[in-house]
Amino acid sequence: MVRNLLVRGMLAGLVAAALALAFAWIFGEPQVGAAMSLEQHAGHASHAASAEPEPVSRGVQSTVGLATAVGVYGVAVGGIFALVFAFAYGRLGALGARATAALIASGAFVTVELVPFLKYPANPPAANDPETISHRTVVYFTVVLCSVLLAVAALYLGRRLAPRFGNWNASLLAIVAFLVAVVVVCLVMPTVNEVPSDFPAVLLWKFRLASLGTQAVLWSCVGLVFGVLAERALMPYRAPVAAPVA
Amino acid sequence: MAQAVVPHSQHAPISIPVRELLPWAAFAGVLALILIYFVGAEQGATSLISGNVVHEFVHDGRHLLGFPCH
Repeated sequence: MVRNLLVRGMLAGLVAAALALAFAWIFGEPQVGAAMSLEQHAGHASHAASAEPEPVSRGVQSTVGLATAVGVYGVAVGGIFALVFAFAYGRLGALGARATAALIASGAFVTVELVPFLKYPANPPAANDPETISHRTVVYFTVVLCSVLLAVAALYLGRRLAPRFGNWNASLLAIVAFLVAVVVVCLVMPTVNEVPSDFPAVLLWKFRLASLGTQAVLWSCVGLVFGVLAERALMPYRAPVAAPVA
Repeated sequence: MAQAVVPHSQHAPISIPVRELLPWAAFAGVLALILIYFVGAEQGATSLISGNVVHEFVHDGRHLLGFPCH
């Protein structure tokens, strides 16, 4: 059964990646292209210094490269999604396959993408100092890790509080606890403030919106497509409970 | 206007035993994380493969998916 779900998860991830790719191509690529031409015109410090030819051309980067990156990411996310679903299904009260998948997808989008994005938003080329890549990588993945751990802790808290406060109130308390903890983490983590003062604000805004939109398309599509695929796979895993006789 | 009884909606989900799940989570989970690493972080802060071909190839996707990039 797990193998079956895993295959369906990766399939849902591939479908989601195709849609996310279309979104990224339409709304994101113009911004990446504009930022890179800006980079060349301005003679950005490090890039102007590296005189050797680029190993991958812009034409490949913006088509095959983008498709490969989004495709691989989608399949990997779909696989992990299926594993999380396999654990959550039947353990979140009486939720069916589609509702479970939708709930995990929205929770995962907030945890893995939205929270880190609000602290360290996506940046187009030429908007960061290449020298700080190590520092930015460490702080970014630290926030991702903290967010995931806090979400798991909040889920556990919600389950523990449910008998005393009821499902609805316990869920609200768990969400509030998650938000408070995540805000504290974001306040504690160091600020990254590197966008050059002459970088076009509209370009930055459009790029970040496109980045967030790409992730939103990917996660919502994974959740909705996987829900349908999983429901079919799980038919034998649903026990009949005394259906009222008509 | 009789109330329709839908028998197949009267089923409760059965959870999958953790013992059945663990080997898959270990292998497929690690594999998926490695794939995400190659899309999101290889040849940035850390390099398993020398050069910058991987970084440049997934460059646009890395920026647009929100990972830190040069």
